Amino acid sequence: MISRREFLMATVALSAIAGPGMAGRWTRAAAQQSLSEDALLASEDFGNVTLVHITDIHAQLKPLYFREPSVNIGVGEAKGVPPHVTGADFLKLYNIEPGTPHAYALTSQDFAALAGTYGRMGGLDRIAAVIRRVRAERGEDNVLLLDGGDTWQGSYTAQQTAGADMVEVMNALAPDAMTGHWEFTYGADRVTELVESLPFAFLGGNIYDAEWNEPAFDAYRIFERGGTKIAVIGQAFPYTPIANPRWMFPNWSFGIREEDVATNVEAARAEGADIVVMLSHNGFDVDRKLASRVDGIDVILTGHTHDALPEPVIVNNTLVIASGSTGKFLSRIDLDVRDGALKGYKYRLIPIFSDVITPDAEMAALIDKVREPYEDELKRELGRTDSLLFRRGNFNGTFDDLFCQALLVEREADIALSPGFRWGNSLLPGQAITVEDLHSACAMTYPAAYHSMMNGKLIKDILEDVADNLFNTDPYYQQGGDMVRVGGMGYTIDVNAAMGSRISSMTLMKTGEAIDPGKDYAVAGWASVNEGTEGPPIWEVVENHLAKNPMVTIEENRSVKVIA
Amino acid sequence: MRLTRRQALGLSAGAIAFAATGLRAVPASASPEDAQKRIMDFTGGKTPESGKITLNAPEIAENGNTVPVSFEVESAMGGDDLVDSVMIVAEANPSPAVATFHFTELSGAAAATTRMRLAKTQNVIAVAKMKDGSVYMDKKEVKVTIGGCGG
Repeated sequence: MISRREFLMATVALSAIAGPGMAGRWTRAAAQQSLSEDALLASEDFGNVTLVHITDIHAQLKPLYFREPSVNIGVGEAKGVPPHVTGADFLKLYNIEPGTPHAYALTSQDFAALAGTYGRMGGLDRIAAVIRRVRAERGEDNVLLLDGGDTWQGSYTAQQTAGADMVEVMNALAPDAMTGHWEFTYGADRVTELVESLPFAFLGGNIYDAEWNEPAFDAYRIFERGGTKIAVIGQAFPYTPIANPRWMFPNWSFGIREEDVATNVEAARAEGADIVVMLSHNGFDVDRKLASRVDGIDVILTGHTHDALPEPVIVNNTLVIASGSTGKFLSRIDLDVRDGALKGYKYRLIPIFSDVITPDAEMAALIDKVREPYEDELKRELGRTDSLLFRRGNFNGTFDDLFCQALLVEREADIALSPGFRWGNSLLPGQAITVEDLHSACAMTYPAAYHSMMNGKLIKDILEDVADNLFNTDPYYQQGGDMVRVGGMGYTIDVNAAMGSRISSMTLMKTGEAIDPGKDYAVAGWASVNEGTEGPPIWEVVENHLAKNPMVTIEENRSVKVIA
Repeated sequence: MRLTRRQALGLSAGAIAFAATGLRAVPASASPEDAQKRIMDFTGGKTPESGKITLNAPEIAENGNTVPVSFEVESAMGGDDLVDSVMIVAEANPSPAVATFHFTELSGAAAATTRMRLAKTQNVIAVAKMKDGSVYMDKKEVKVTIGGCGG
């Protein structure tokens, strides 16, 4: 494939080894020299249409650290294939040298050291610069910019403005269409208000009026670009009313609705579309299965599961493209569309190295403007971490360990539960923990930290339920999050066992005793989907904990034993 | 964004409830064998073949108390090619028989939509009985979850 070599061009002649003593200015300077903006972005002229895909930005306006998972287990047909390949295996699969910029961007290997070398990634002002360049190179009329959703939620400022900051900044970026997931957690009224204000299309062919079972949003739109007609079908996250509080948008029903996707592909073709693109928030494995069963989709721009892959996965003549999350990457797909069909493509996953790509000045000014009212609070320091804090991974993350510790102590619980979200930035050892950092891991509209008595059987049922959402061998039954994080309790999980029998050896850590199915335990958690959940917001709980314990050190988490 | 029928009619939320067959406090669920017996009673002992009928149901229920389900049967609905009736069965509900729909030539098409209550994760089965006595089925697993940790 062409794309692998092209992808690697940027890493040729780079062998930055980042030992503890080397992660200083010299290596960063060297990295910047080799990793020039041109090497990252220059592209041969190919085809007649360019798709630009960004997804799962989670309201991250500024450059950040985001560690990719070290554990991402695939089951069934997805076992051992991308995106379920991590660390050294990932580097080997894609011929990436350890220690290189791309190794840093795409894996968790030596993350803290390489982060010191290569710096923060993302930033919508850098994304804006890349998009401006693509539009200039290709001509505005030949470019489609598509946003896969999870754009309006995930930061302090998005929380404070109920998504308005992101809408303003994204409008300046001028996408052609978007779809959604966390957007819906602002509630039906707010979503309707924002969607109606958009100067571009909000597409969701799988969103229906729950009562009348009629489409609630436009399913697709046909764009004329580069002398061709491109249909973009929107697919919102199918399990939004299950993974998030349904009571916040009770009149909308979602679902995969594969038969509707097929119908919309046919309808778009009948309307004269030369190619069909699906802008999807299904998650990678769901889209891989959907591509194998629905004919006629040329490109699926997938999102939700936050995977970043340097090459498309090709299924049933469909290119499935995974563009990462938090603004760390942007996908550029140059297409050759002729005689009503896709004749060829060139793909590049562009890592947004914030020290390499010059920010777009206008966008930088706009970002500063929307953040300005909150700047003092954003910077406020709550503590400092000695350990690398991160969230991504199937079973635990150090940031979640901190959340669980705070819940156990502040809410006086035996067991803590923290949701397996895939968003949440990383913090390097030695970094201050600011309000902005904390909120990158918990800004949401249902943050109540509950305290509730649950018996051992119910706790097991919850773990089994979430495990099946993650490890059901049929991707259509997967919801795309990670396993619920547990504090104060250890357990063993056999990912390949049947629903209801994956979890065993549940042990209360403080006594070492086995969890008794009939006994009640005090459980603290947050982000319950139930209406009327009571408790202080999770950020208050963590902030109080940090006030008493301002230096964070997280020991390696050995409480989950995995059989895979 | 589209104008929904609710907006057009000026209705407020939650006005209409569809009939559900589940009982409120039931001690045990039926077994797949009970469901099988119901199907055999319906087909007159014939084992249904797959094909002809398509059952649509969500993979994961958004609300186990009201799960939308629909089916359509490939049929000319005229002459010899007629659907007599379609039965929907929920394998693990306390009372597995959800509904039976009867059709005539005047029905035009053998298709229907309803909502049902599902006690837990289980298979939902739709069986079509044709006028000539042949029987067809489609099956879909619908998961009923606690929910809340995705994203």
